[in-house]
Amino acid sequence: MSAPIQIQPGETFTLNVGPQHPATHGVLRVKMEMDGEYIVKAETVLGYIHRMHELMGENRTYPQVLPNLSRLDYLGAMGYTHGHVLAVERAAGIEVPERAEYVRAIMVELNRIASHLFWFGAFVMDLGGFTPLMYAIEDREYILDMLEAVTGSRLTYCYFRFGGLYNDIDDDFVNAARAFIPRMRKSLKKYAALVTGNIIFEKRLKDIGPISAEMCRKYGASGPVARGSGIDFDVRKNEPYSVYPEFDFDIPVYHECDSLARYMVRMDEMEQSLRIVEQGLDKLPDGPIMPKKKPKLIKPAAGDYYQAVETARGSFGIRIVSDGTKNAYRFKLRSPTYSNMHMFDEACRGMMIMDALAMMGSLDLVIPEIDR
Amino acid sequence: MGAYFNEIFRGLQSLCIGLGITFKEFFQPVVTVPYPYKTIKMSERYRGHTELVEDESGNPKCVACGMCQRACPSQSISLASKSVEYEVEVKGEMKTKKKKVLTKYELNFTTCSLCGQCVESCNFGAVTFSKDYNLASFRKEDFHFDLLNRLKERNS
Amino acid sequence: MSLTVLNAIIAVVIAIGFAALNAAYLVWAERRGAGRIQRRPGPNVNGPLGLLQPPADGIKLMTKQLVIPGGADKALFMVAPVLAMAPAIMSFVTIPFSDMIVAHSMNIGVLMIFAFASLGGMAILLAGWGSRNKYGVMASVRAVSQNISYEVPMLITVITIVMMTGSLDLKDIATSQAGGIWNWNIVPSLSAPLMPVAFLIFFTCSLAETNRAPFDLGEAESELVAGFHTEYGSMGFGLFFMGEYANIVIGASLITILFLGGWGCPLGLFPGVWWFLLKIYVLIFSFIWIRWTFPRTTIYGLLNLSWKILIPISLFNLLLTAGLLKVF
Repeated sequence: MSAPIQIQPGETFTLNVGPQHPATHGVLRVKMEMDGEYIVKAETVLGYIHRMHELMGENRTYPQVLPNLSRLDYLGAMGYTHGHVLAVERAAGIEVPERAEYVRAIMVELNRIASHLFWFGAFVMDLGGFTPLMYAIEDREYILDMLEAVTGSRLTYCYFRFGGLYNDIDDDFVNAARAFIPRMRKSLKKYAALVTGNIIFEKRLKDIGPISAEMCRKYGASGPVARGSGIDFDVRKNEPYSVYPEFDFDIPVYHECDSLARYMVRMDEMEQSLRIVEQGLDKLPDGPIMPKKKPKLIKPAAGDYYQAVETARGSFGIRIVSDGTKNAYRFKLRSPTYSNMHMFDEACRGMMIMDALAMMGSLDLVIPEIDR
Repeated sequence: MGAYFNEIFRGLQSLCIGLGITFKEFFQPVVTVPYPYKTIKMSERYRGHTELVEDESGNPKCVACGMCQRACPSQSISLASKSVEYEVEVKGEMKTKKKKVLTKYELNFTTCSLCGQCVESCNFGAVTFSKDYNLASFRKEDFHFDLLNRLKERNS
Repeated sequence: MSLTVLNAIIAVVIAIGFAALNAAYLVWAERRGAGRIQRRPGPNVNGPLGLLQPPADGIKLMTKQLVIPGGADKALFMVAPVLAMAPAIMSFVTIPFSDMIVAHSMNIGVLMIFAFASLGGMAILLAGWGSRNKYGVMASVRAVSQNISYEVPMLITVITIVMMTGSLDLKDIATSQAGGIWNWNIVPSLSAPLMPVAFLIFFTCSLAETNRAPFDLGEAESELVAGFHTEYGSMGFGLFFMGEYANIVIGASLITILFLGGWGCPLGLFPGVWWFLLKIYVLIFSFIWIRWTFPRTTIYGLLNLSWKILIPISLFNLLLTAGLLKVF
């Protein structure tokens, strides 16, 4: 454990981590004030992949914004599209058929597993173990294949539509998903033995990178980061949306506040997502996937609408201010990792660089989603 | 003292478990596909760039209504049409009618986000997805697809 | 006189050839092995089984431009890769592959190898310092503290072996274990009951000395980009790479000679160089296997392991063996 140290002024140097650096997984730049291997201050610099999604949301009609939401977070795109369609459906008062709601939940949960799997692999790679990434990607491929067969695309799905879905799932998908669940459970056991139980891994994460619940509240952190600090908050339970109240699942919460707790939350979440997928497949009703009557042109009544969803990275909020036209007047995205990332500076002070980067990995940053 | 040795033994044990797993995987079959030599068939619903659909006579089904152009989020589609007069028999009488014929349908693939809004917005089923994914070039002009031309090439 | 000189030159050429060939093909073996562990084939395009990959890589590295960064200390920058490769080759000279095959038998072979091994740390320090790269400097400081703290338990373990054999000559150490697996140093005996533990300590230390994962802190790519060789390209990088693999071969040879009976057969039959090669390649496979299984340790975790676990245990082993040798 790195002890806090006293630093004399003028004895530090600046280390520029990123925008091209193996640990930042994208184009995040961190300007670190270093004292040897210890971090004195870390300033995160954003803007290297800013694409003005919010402005695009204001200049385009509602259906035209749909593909943009997948580009926010390319690892868990379903969750973000889900938030958008729910917000617009709420604004325009569109009824969603029950089957579509169930399929959406199944898709979002599968995508959450895929996202966590990739995070798991990349995180262990941050710690220097390359092999778990390959195993995780192999399992993730099964999910992507299933999703591709239904949606036609592997990462940026653009699958949900206002009122329903782009196209229906078939028996092949149901069978593949059913076959995937036991396979994934077996893999989770393998990961637990190969990585979670490993002494080196445990030594690197235990008591490293403490983030208190108080700090999470201060910065507005959500998702697995907050749940690893003992905050029992999950939008799916606290502000239920879609068909989530129908499912029986738990929210894993750990009180250790360290990197290992955040890791454990995500590993447990995969199991919970599998449970949701299992129940969703069992309860899947027959019926249409699009509502019978749907407005030809989506023009929500003037007003202010907000919808939060729990994505793989935390609570994603979307606010739409409508002035009654076919374009939104204001299109505001609240992305979870933006808040999570800003804790990095305060949390990493006095840590050694390798611990700090391990902690950064445990925050699960996806830079295009921070920068939007 | 006990805790000290306990931790060493626990650590050694965990390392051996990890080694056991990777050793088992060493003898498992390879799961990757040697890509350029072998490719995977794209799924039925794969969304590649768009293609025009032809009718029975080999002409594009497109009536140049411009719905796809309006639906496109990134203004990637530009189309042009001309009016032609044609004769049709209505109630035993020959009448001259006008219709629009597509003369140009250009897809700017560099800005296309493969969302499929154009395919969905088309009321005539005139646009569909292709299964092409091996698209690479050094020049961006190569991605300004003239879909009408591609259709003609496909037919010839 | 001229014959002695010629002999020496031939020996050095063979040593260089062996080191270079091993370095080149161990890269291939490592990539294939890593591929199999990760359920993919590894390099398989150039030649059958990808066997032409090492020459292709070599040609690529040799034909690339040697870039020296503007702020770098030119002399140190150029000398560091040579310094990484040379001691590794020098150490080969004294390693006996069988009772006949040894380039130059020395009665202080063990000492010579350790003297050269500590030069490896120097090369890393110069590389990091000379390239004037912050990542490089941090990595080289790490690597040096790592090398120093792991030489201690390593040497203490070697002293135990030397005490048991009564010789610093690698050949004597190997011949003293001739006859079968029950004579090998790894097997606990009445006078040295903790030898398997000593073997584990020595094995761990050789991983750390060769900067192999999970102790590859000097080139920890996820935090220090490429560590001490961040600024190196073309053959400068190639020499570091070859030096690393040559060091691995030397580490494996040392373990074989000190603990696994050198060129002796486990059953005492047909001793010869083939047993030696078999043993070192099995050890190298285990190095590769370990690298692709575990995550990297932290620098303080690494030092804790050395000073709190390996050194006390190896010291205890030394004292115990010394006492028991007196008794029996």
